[in-house]
Amino acid sequence: MSTYRTINPRVRRPSSVAKPRKSIGLTIAMGLFLAYALVPLGWLAINATKTQPDLFSGSGLAFGDSFALWDNIVQTFAYNDGIFLRWLGNTLLYVVVGAGGATLLATLAGYGLAKYAVPGRKAYFAVVLGAIAVPGTALAVPTFLLFSQLGMTNTPWAIIVPSLISPFGLYLIWVYTLESVPKELLEAARMDGASELRIFLTISVKLLTPGIVTVALFAIVATWNNYFLPLIMLSDPDWYPLTVGLNQWSQQASGVAAEPIFNLVLTGSLLTIVPIVAIFIVLQRFWQSGLSAGSVKG
Amino acid sequence: MTALKQHAQAPERLRRPRPGPRRVRRDWRGWQFVGPFAFVFVFVFIAPLAYALWLSLFQNRLVGGNVFVGLENYRTALADPQFWDGALRVGLFLLVQVPVMLLLALIAALSIDSARLYASGLFRLVIFLPYAVPAVVAVLMWGFIYGNQFGLAADLNGLLGSDLITPFAPKWILASLGNIVTWEFVGYNMLIFYSALKTIPHELYEAAEIDGATRFQVVKAIKLPAARGAIVIATIFSIIGSFQLFNEPNVLNPLADNVITSYFTPNMYAYNLSFAGQQYNYSATIAIIMGLITAVIAYVVQLRGTRREDR
Repeated sequence: MSTYRTINPRVRRPSSVAKPRKSIGLTIAMGLFLAYALVPLGWLAINATKTQPDLFSGSGLAFGDSFALWDNIVQTFAYNDGIFLRWLGNTLLYVVVGAGGATLLATLAGYGLAKYAVPGRKAYFAVVLGAIAVPGTALAVPTFLLFSQLGMTNTPWAIIVPSLISPFGLYLIWVYTLESVPKELLEAARMDGASELRIFLTISVKLLTPGIVTVALFAIVATWNNYFLPLIMLSDPDWYPLTVGLNQWSQQASGVAAEPIFNLVLTGSLLTIVPIVAIFIVLQRFWQSGLSAGSVKG
Repeated sequence: MTALKQHAQAPERLRRPRPGPRRVRRDWRGWQFVGPFAFVFVFVFIAPLAYALWLSLFQNRLVGGNVFVGLENYRTALADPQFWDGALRVGLFLLVQVPVMLLLALIAALSIDSARLYASGLFRLVIFLPYAVPAVVAVLMWGFIYGNQFGLAADLNGLLGSDLITPFAPKWILASLGNIVTWEFVGYNMLIFYSALKTIPHELYEAAEIDGATRFQVVKAIKLPAARGAIVIATIFSIIGSFQLFNEPNVLNPLADNVITSYFTPNMYAYNLSFAGQQYNYSATIAIIMGLITAVIAYVVQLRGTRREDR
């Protein structure tokens, strides 16, 4: 060991590759990334506090004459008989049932493919992973026509059922199972006479929790942010999720019977991202521990 | 250096799942796990796909109704200047936006992973945050910021006393969209890269240090090879995302004074054909052609990526 050190005298102890020193320069340079990520969000937060006249006077990054955030929130929820609250409720429904179901199905399937010699496993994998490459919009029109023949369009099912499939989630759980569920553990449980489902629920789920949280996180983000599918499936504003509703509000600003409500669009946008960002931060903590646990094992 | 190279291959070997030495018997018990996914999958993926293929072979004519026309829709599409206009536009978008975004993501991931940042957890969280913002909100936000009414573009122009900054001008609109997409997804890709870097065992860095490797050598010989699989995956996802471009131009158009045409991207074209023009058969054809192009390019990238991995 020491011979290597003498051959390479330039390796200094305090800041090494394995245990580097913190760098102020790098931190500042990376601060540009932070600014890029935060400026639009900050702009939104500031402008959600302005009344409509205030929006048009003064700088975008300065507060207006009055601080109208609370007024804007009240107006957003009151506008058009409280349709915003309805959209929020719809979004929650689609997220809980859609993303919840997607996580469940992806977890079961990813685990099943990793731990059992399921007949047809190779074909299953090829088809599901191939599906990742199929553009969602390629399927959108035929799915719409199919669903309309089944009478499913303009109902919550038109949004929920397609949200149940997450090929990427299946892939993640498959990788995670291979890495973190030892075969010996399952075999020992089988010796004790436990059923396959029981083994899954009592042993595997615990080991897979960080992976499941990750898949849930991505499924929640995907359903909360879903725009294209509800746009084509729904014609009744009563079933809109927040995304489609907000865009409808925004489009009100132009056209024949223009009725701009910029302040409500901005406040509504802010209200739409607050819960998803909060969910993300809460889950992120959970998930970071899983991530670091995984890397210690690696 | 040779020791370093050997170490560098280690994580690859660890991560790649190997089939066990003994062949396991066929096991139908697994279907209770994979069955439910398969059932829904057939309903929302296979059936619509088959339906789209079927639709693309027919034409709905005023006289004669629904007629089988074979591949005529495909012939029409391949000679359709509006289709090619959109396809070339997303191709250009792909060639510029994806490399820029992935390079930025890789730089961010390497910086955070280098353990040389103060508050690296904060960086990881905040850079990823835009991914959680719905595309609609992201586009509305950026659209207002780009705007000359109360956006930052207006502020900057006022400051400079000019009107140089015009994100909605036809020649800038694609770049403006590229910026929105980059903003949305750079953190997501950073996280994919970062997770791959995290799987590198710490002993490798200690070994590299003993070998006297510099930081740059560590990045080149350990980190980038370990992240290669993640880079291939991120590239494939970005290609698919680019070809699917729809939400951003669709939401931005009303804010951008309608400079975005109805055939700006192939997906917008397919959408407008079916929901504004009721041309379901032709719309399905466009969608299938784009799906095929996407799949072929994604497959080529994957082949290239894995071939290099085996070297």
